[in-house]
Amino acid sequence: MYRSHVLVCGGTGCTSSGSQKIIDAFESEIKKNGLEDEVQVVKTGCHGLCALGPIVLIYPEGSFYSMVKADDVAEIVSEHLLKGRVVTRLLYQETVKEEEIIPLVETGFYKKQKRVALRNCGVINPENIDEYIAVDGYQALAKVLTEMTPEQVIDTLLAAGLRGRGGAGFPTGQKWKLARTLVPDADQKYVACNADEGDPGAFMDRSVLEGDPHVVLEAMAIAGYAIGANQGYIYVRAEYPIAIERLRIAIGQAREYGLLGKDIFGTGFDFDIDLRFGAGAFVCGEETALMTSIEGNRGEPRPRPPFPAVKGLFGKPTVLNNVETYANVPRIILNGPEWFASMGTEKSKGTKVFALGGKINNTGLVEVPMGTTLREVIEDIGGGIPNGKKFKAAQTGGPSGGCIPAEHFDIPIDYDNLISIGSMMGSGGLIVMDEDNCMVDIAKFFLEFTVDESCGKCTPCRIGTKRMYEMLDKITKGKATLEDLDKLEELCYYIKANSLCGLGQTAPNPVLSTLRYFRDEYIAHVVDKKCPAGVCKDLLAFSIDKEKCIGCGMCAKQCPATAISKTDYIAPGKKLPAMAIDTSKCVKCGACMGTCKFGAISKQ
Amino acid sequence: MKSLEELKAIRDKMQGAVTLRNESEAGTRIVVGMATCGIASGARPVLVALSDAVAEKKIEDVAVTQTGCIGLCQYEPIVEVLQPGKEKITYIKMTPEKALEVIDRHIIGGQVISEYTIGNVLK
Repeated sequence: MYRSHVLVCGGTGCTSSGSQKIIDAFESEIKKNGLEDEVQVVKTGCHGLCALGPIVLIYPEGSFYSMVKADDVAEIVSEHLLKGRVVTRLLYQETVKEEEIIPLVETGFYKKQKRVALRNCGVINPENIDEYIAVDGYQALAKVLTEMTPEQVIDTLLAAGLRGRGGAGFPTGQKWKLARTLVPDADQKYVACNADEGDPGAFMDRSVLEGDPHVVLEAMAIAGYAIGANQGYIYVRAEYPIAIERLRIAIGQAREYGLLGKDIFGTGFDFDIDLRFGAGAFVCGEETALMTSIEGNRGEPRPRPPFPAVKGLFGKPTVLNNVETYANVPRIILNGPEWFASMGTEKSKGTKVFALGGKINNTGLVEVPMGTTLREVIEDIGGGIPNGKKFKAAQTGGPSGGCIPAEHFDIPIDYDNLISIGSMMGSGGLIVMDEDNCMVDIAKFFLEFTVDESCGKCTPCRIGTKRMYEMLDKITKGKATLEDLDKLEELCYYIKANSLCGLGQTAPNPVLSTLRYFRDEYIAHVVDKKCPAGVCKDLLAFSIDKEKCIGCGMCAKQCPATAISKTDYIAPGKKLPAMAIDTSKCVKCGACMGTCKFGAISKQ
Repeated sequence: MKSLEELKAIRDKMQGAVTLRNESEAGTRIVVGMATCGIASGARPVLVALSDAVAEKKIEDVAVTQTGCIGLCQYEPIVEVLQPGKEKITYIKMTPEKALEVIDRHIIGGQVISEYTIGNVLK
């Protein structure tokens, strides 16, 4: 028995900031101090506070060390593990209040969170099935197979009100019911898991797979029992090497224990899971394209109906759910639908995981009950916006979603509220923008993404998004007219109505929502030829205030285009002639502005 | 896995190992002084005995942790038992054997072993 556990985050965020070195250092220092029989080092999944990685948690004290460096490890081992003195200096400073150390769950970042899908992430070793079993793992599968009928499983999910976490929010129980009942004489059915998380800035599914892979396997087996399938596929993107590795280990261990395979728990139920890798095409996150890709064909969508519940993978009835949806299922089975339905809002039950990114202090992963306001997520949990800047908007749903402006800062986040204000839940990426972001530029960024990722099968998406991008480009260059704005809007509605799949149908959303809430910024670009946020380079002009300039010439040295030179003018009280920018040579890099210590250079 | 019993057996075996990572502050805390003075007078075997006993006997809601110098170096190894709503009990000059008694009689049985407490030993 180990008296102390050192949990080191092995998620992608912390791994890239060097957590493997920390683990090695802990192991060698612990050995050096002869503590290897007393202290266990565990590599876990993501804790959520990625901005402060690498993260180390030491139990039973629950001390949360953040931004740990390999050089700090010797001190933590000799002070904390050997002598029992917590190294306060290296703790996450939010856990230190007036010399007292407060528990992690009391800190701003964790206090308002409710971890259901992420409950085991950062707590168990994802490469050890025994630890998953210790936290009630596979109990839900056991309960389902031995005590419940498939219909009862489906009714439980319907009563819980779980909706798809991939973005569209279709009721999961309903989906399973359709797959069970629509084709009663099917000889084969499939369960599939969508782990092709493609939204820029979203990493919820990756973290679940990395931190708690068995929960997905268990839930897929439950789905298999509910609909009558004996084979599952996880479609995971090849860009997630850590997630793939842990899934491989998890599937291997589950097979060894007989939790996957033939005759599970002696009930006669067979179920197995295989992995399929995506090459990173965004469109393969769309359900029909995903299944086409699993079949070994080029990942292109097809028209629906027939829906996957009737004709899915290899033409057989298929249930396809997202990783986070599955992560909720075992808990619902064990704790009951009432427990799940007690969280959230009237039509959106449970919790939702968000990946916070952009202009926010606590970049990372948070899970909150549905109905939590945007303000709570950004200010209380996310720690607000860096450098005292003002909140402008938040983008949910990535390139398929829309922006939520400051006027809706207090809106409770759930599926229906977000749709009512022109955005969508999406898979859970939440990108925060401040006053320095130009909304036209943001729309253009997302459109550039969809143009790249459009598969090209249908014309509205293939050509339409390209034309939209060109119009946006024209606007950011100050070459557009008001008529172009109207055309842009018309094209948006056309693409939405006529595209084949979700990618095209939602591609205009970033443009429509920015047009809705930030039309004045579009007008400023078109009519005044100005970018209010100072982002669009073609509309910027740098100038030097000759009254403020002391003529030191630092800016001229920095200028890569030699666009700055001396003038004849010496301002009153200054000793040297002022500098001036030749706008015909200026490349608008902003280097001069960054170097001026006298605030004499401005952009407009 | 052919039966529920097998799954239950693994869970029971592993549960003690993972409950250590519980964030709740509500339960009993057994704190061992582990500064240089404590270690020199044999706090380490006491700590190990305590944490092994808690795990083996599957005592729930008890955390065995360590702390620095309490300031009574001549009485080390010192073990404190903190229970919500009760006065802190300080045992001094502990050994692994005495520690096991504390687990059995105090933690499980609910009786403070007064002959080991600081107030009595110093009388």
